[in-house]
Amino acid sequence: MQLDTLYTVHTPEGIALTLTPAGFVPRFMAWLIDLLIRFGVGITLISILGLLGYLGGGLTLILIFLLEWWYPVWFEWRHQGQTPGKRLFELYTVQRDGSPVTFSASLLRNLIRFVDFMPFFYGFGVISLLFTRHFQRLGDLAADTLVVYKPHLHAHRALPAVEPLPLPQPLLIQEQQTLLQFAERYRTLTTARADELAQITASTLTQGQPPSLTLQRYAVWIAGQHTLTPKQVANS
Amino acid sequence: MKQLQFIEHYQTVWTQLQAWLDYLALSKHKQQAQSAPSGQFAELYRQTCHHLALAQARHYSPQLLERLNHLVVAGHQQFYREREPIWTQAWNFLALQFPAQVRAQWRVVALSVAIFYGSMLLFIFLTQWQPDLVYSVLDPMQVAQMESMYDPKLHDRLGREREADSDVYMFGHYIRNNTSIGFQAFTSGLLLGVGTLFILLFNGIVLGAVAGHLTYLGYNDTFWGFVVGHSAFELTAIALSGAAGFKLTQALLFPGRQTRLYALRTNGRIAIQLMYGAALLFLMAAFVEAFWSSQAQTPLSIKYTVGAVLWVLTLAWLGWGGRKHSVQQVNL
Repeated sequence: MQLDTLYTVHTPEGIALTLTPAGFVPRFMAWLIDLLIRFGVGITLISILGLLGYLGGGLTLILIFLLEWWYPVWFEWRHQGQTPGKRLFELYTVQRDGSPVTFSASLLRNLIRFVDFMPFFYGFGVISLLFTRHFQRLGDLAADTLVVYKPHLHAHRALPAVEPLPLPQPLLIQEQQTLLQFAERYRTLTTARADELAQITASTLTQGQPPSLTLQRYAVWIAGQHTLTPKQVANS
Repeated sequence: MKQLQFIEHYQTVWTQLQAWLDYLALSKHKQQAQSAPSGQFAELYRQTCHHLALAQARHYSPQLLERLNHLVVAGHQQFYREREPIWTQAWNFLALQFPAQVRAQWRVVALSVAIFYGSMLLFIFLTQWQPDLVYSVLDPMQVAQMESMYDPKLHDRLGREREADSDVYMFGHYIRNNTSIGFQAFTSGLLLGVGTLFILLFNGIVLGAVAGHLTYLGYNDTFWGFVVGHSAFELTAIALSGAAGFKLTQALLFPGRQTRLYALRTNGRIAIQLMYGAALLFLMAAFVEAFWSSQAQTPLSIKYTVGAVLWVLTLAWLGWGGRKHSVQQVNL
């Protein structure tokens, strides 16, 4: 059973890409930011162009029309699927096949926003978002698009510099992966929590030795490092 | 191969690919200022795809998979970007594909035309026969306002007279107001067609009642002289927006042998093409209405001639544009 909301795309290169669709709250926040920006720009335009009388009034109406209907389309089309609000919350719009959102798709999903907004305050949009597997509102369904998280890398998660230790018994691939994952995440956990997690394997793997450290040493060995590097020796 | 050896072995490929991705993300202008990174982008991308597949199959650590996945997603985005110049696409689309698409979708177009033009013509004739009918459609204030706007006695010359800057104001008004109506008529097709039907009927009836009422009063030259110029673009644009809306409705009510979702995607792609044409027509209508129709000193004969010519051109465009070219699936 799948517990997370990851979405897998199979590319022509024959590999599976994973994307993480964004749910209601971050998308709402991004929309709110965009709304504030549009509102601010609109007010500024009205107050500046208002000084120009009818001419300014006409220009204002055109610009408001552009802000109303074309603001998201322009940004999604020209800025890698990101409106300023989406950029702030690290979201972007993609086609369902993982390719960049096209102009047509962006226009379609943003015109249908009008229906998503009905009957009041994104009623249909939210219902559709909650009932589809990849959090798509009606506009997304018609335009075949998704709003996904922009991945950012966890650069700090390198394997720890500990002395490798051979495994006492053969482990399944998934079990080896779990150990690797533990070692990579070790620095983001508190010592107490790490020990508590490592303790789960006490009866089979660590057998009385300091649990967190031992698991990390196994992980380094699984990753393919069988001796300390000269640099690590010098440090210890 | 163990994970650490794997990383050590292919590290350079990934950093090169990353350099390419950074380079391709720059604007054209900045790209020319720098030299391109070493290696070939496509080759590096394919290699990294291969590495990701290997890493997945060998169950390397999640962090490494995440890193490779990130590189491949970014590469995929660059690799499958559309590159044809937008203006060439736009021209081919408007001159050839759009008219062909309108003809291909003649059913929804006919439905929309029948509802919109039908209700409008009906009310033009009904108000000749029952002049009071206009008050069931509009409130007396609005009717009085319409009458004063087109009353020949209140204007020493024909049509409305305005200063140039108020033309710009009206241009903005027409663009915002009329195009928004068109967009709403389209998108509310998703409400099982009720929204589109309502907007078409409402606008048809109001336009018909106003036109009929002013004709009944004999304000022919001021009213018809004003509207004839932009009528071709504007009415066609509304009818096409309605047709695009019904295309969405069709996907929900009559999906045929497809699932509703699949039908919606297919029809959405067609409907948005109709909307491109409609949006252009709205823009042209607003331009004509603001800067040509409002010219009070132009003789009536010229106004009617121009109006007729624009109707002929519009219908010829939709009727014959792209006939010699086979209709392909358009991916604008």
